Amino acid sequence: MATLQQQAKGKKDGEIRYLTPLNIDTNKTKKYCMFKRSGIKYVDYKDADFLLKFVNEQGKILPRRLTGTSLKYQRKVAVAVKRARHLALMPYVADLLK
Amino acid sequence: MPPSLAEGQGININFNRFFMNHYETVFILNPVLSEDQIKETVKKYEDLLVSKGAKMISKENWGLKKLAYPIQNKKSGFYHLFEYTVEGEVVHELETEFKRDERFMRYLSVSLDKHAIAWAEKRRNRDKKSA
Repeated sequence: MATLQQQAKGKKDGEIRYLTPLNIDTNKTKKYCMFKRSGIKYVDYKDADFLLKFVNEQGKILPRRLTGTSLKYQRKVAVAVKRARHLALMPYVADLLK
Repeated sequence: MPPSLAEGQGININFNRFFMNHYETVFILNPVLSEDQIKETVKKYEDLLVSKGAKMISKENWGLKKLAYPIQNKKSGFYHLFEYTVEGEVVHELETEFKRDERFMRYLSVSLDKHAIAWAEKRRNRDKKSA
């Protein structure tokens, strides 16, 4: 009957309790849109070295949740990367790009 | 000629001038061509543009560049860039000519907005300084 009384007090059986609070590292520095911050108005498709920042090792466009780019400029980055791919300045598929 | 017709023509000219847009074309030429052939091709299409009423703003020659992936089994190509203002229809004419010409491996024409024009100017000045 003891367990029933404990349950009534609000303690569940399966609940895990820690003696010391868990130390989960969270990223304190906020991501930012580098186009807004540095005042770049036009994303140039001819500058493949610059566009490499917004692409992963396989040459895929990174989501803005990772890069922090604002929606307005993410659209422009995507178009620029696709244009660069068409002109063979960047690969469509790659391995170990970086 | 009746005066009304003359007026109409006057309006037409203004209309065209209003729609002179800023364009940029990058194209890749076949790497098997000789220097003279390339010069000749570039000249030919430049003349074509000018004859259609285009105003050339800049020409760039990026030289022989390695391609990121093979096109027509070739691993490199001659990159060239034109920047000009014309009426929009001429760009389509230019692109059909590119399509018919076997020396062209790839091309891309883009219209430039005001930010792009500012950037292109900045880029040109930077290249001039470094050169």
